[in-house]
Amino acid sequence: MNLKRAVRSAYLVLIYGFLYTPILVLVVYSFNGSKYSLEWRGLTWEWYRNLFDDPDLLQVALNSAVLATLSATMATLIGTMAAVALYRYRFFGKQLLNALIFVLMMTPDIVMGIALLILFASLSLPLGFWTLLLAHITFNIPFVVVTVLSRISGFDRHLVEAAKDLGATEFQTFRRVVLPLLMPAVVAGWLLSFTLSMDDVMVSFFVTGPTFEILPLKIYSMVRLGVTPEINALCTIMLGVTLSMILLAQLLLREKT
Amino acid sequence: MRIREPFKLVAVGTIWFWLITFALLPNLLVIIAGFLERGSDEFVTFAFTLDSYRRLLDPLYLGVLLNSLYLAAVTTVLCLLLGFPFAYLLTRLPTRWRPLLLLLVIIPFWTSSLVRTYAMVIILQTNGLLNQLLLELGLIAEPLELLYTGPAVIAGMLYTLLPFMILPLYAALEKLDRRLIEAARDLGAGRVTIFLRIVVPLTLPGIIAGCMLTFLPGLGMFYVADLLGGAKALLVGNLIRDQFLSARDWPFGAATSVMLTVLMGLLLWAYYLSSRRASRGALP
Repeated sequence: MNLKRAVRSAYLVLIYGFLYTPILVLVVYSFNGSKYSLEWRGLTWEWYRNLFDDPDLLQVALNSAVLATLSATMATLIGTMAAVALYRYRFFGKQLLNALIFVLMMTPDIVMGIALLILFASLSLPLGFWTLLLAHITFNIPFVVVTVLSRISGFDRHLVEAAKDLGATEFQTFRRVVLPLLMPAVVAGWLLSFTLSMDDVMVSFFVTGPTFEILPLKIYSMVRLGVTPEINALCTIMLGVTLSMILLAQLLLREKT
Repeated sequence: MRIREPFKLVAVGTIWFWLITFALLPNLLVIIAGFLERGSDEFVTFAFTLDSYRRLLDPLYLGVLLNSLYLAAVTTVLCLLLGFPFAYLLTRLPTRWRPLLLLLVIIPFWTSSLVRTYAMVIILQTNGLLNQLLLELGLIAEPLELLYTGPAVIAGMLYTLLPFMILPLYAALEKLDRRLIEAARDLGAGRVTIFLRIVVPLTLPGIIAGCMLTFLPGLGMFYVADLLGGAKALLVGNLIRDQFLSARDWPFGAATSVMLTVLMGLLLWAYYLSSRRASRGALP
């Protein structure tokens, strides 16, 4: 029996090792003093300093942060309203809407990327900030809907009925009763959207233009040229941002009302 | 319920508008584009043709297609073989440990696949960690060429996609009613029978969802093939990308993408059927 347990634990450790070793190596080497070899030559901040001394890169990072903030906010707004509507109302095509959101979430990024590129091209929209924003809102919406819906299912319907009995309009009920109760899930949805937007390569690749460079695509073009300590440092920063967003989102989703 | 409810109207109207404009309409345009002729000044010329679909059957592209399907299928099977026991073991752990260990799967799930692919390059490159380790251990005399090989692409896809398999499997296995397994055991069923006749059918929706989340991105993730396979391993994703960005053959790119969408449709259909059966099967 003990042997069985040991084998099971070993298996879990092995898979976790597989998932985390490359990431840890990346982080550790972003602090390595040696530029070209794997040899450990002491701790250094040099690669990080190089990143912050690069005004172009800072501009690109700022672009990404603006894009992620705006797209996450818009997606959260639309997605939260959609989730509440899906939960509370009966309306024409509700089943279809549910299915569409699910399909949108499952759609491979590359399919979504070229579909949006063809749309923007046929509308003669110049590729750049606006096309990126529309695309990012689109792929973020289903994740917000799903996150908010997961919270709504444990929701006390009586509170909504009480608000209506007391004469609240639909919007007042939403604003004063539903939204505060859903807030943790709404914020979690925002954080997840921000992360998705910050990390997206595939969809952005097709709908980006020369006027508005964003970080994931910049990293992609850098990475294609090979491994450098600066990229290690940049990727480590990205990992740090993602990690803190995810931890915060998980914390908010776990908290019970 | 009152007919006139501005909030409902706005909420339902906005999401419908968005999905029609940015999900349905674009995909409709892709389908149309697949049947058009390639243009010289414009990207497409409005003349109906089946050329793009015929070209998919060209041995050159068919080769890429089959190779890509093969790589994605191998990745999916490996993910399933590694992920299923892992997800199962997670559900058997004490409740106290589960949230933390699950979180450790969720983190890579949300982490940029590009960053994780790059991390894989660091491990696999000629003077990378894996080669150093093997040299130190005396298992090899000189560094192996690990990068830019087929196995490197599979390793990279396995690495980036494994969490996408584990999470749906975990969700399905956690919902599995243990009493059914006990009942089967009491009735004299062996381990294999229990696994094949009870565990697999009841967790089939999770298995299909996991396969969909690994197989479809496995076909499309062009940067994994780029960074780990060099020019050698071409995926459907690279093919589609090149049609739009360098070859400028939008109709052909659109046709290839329609094929991916059809594959997704088939998987969704299988998912729908299996989840209907699983929920019926779970009824007392």
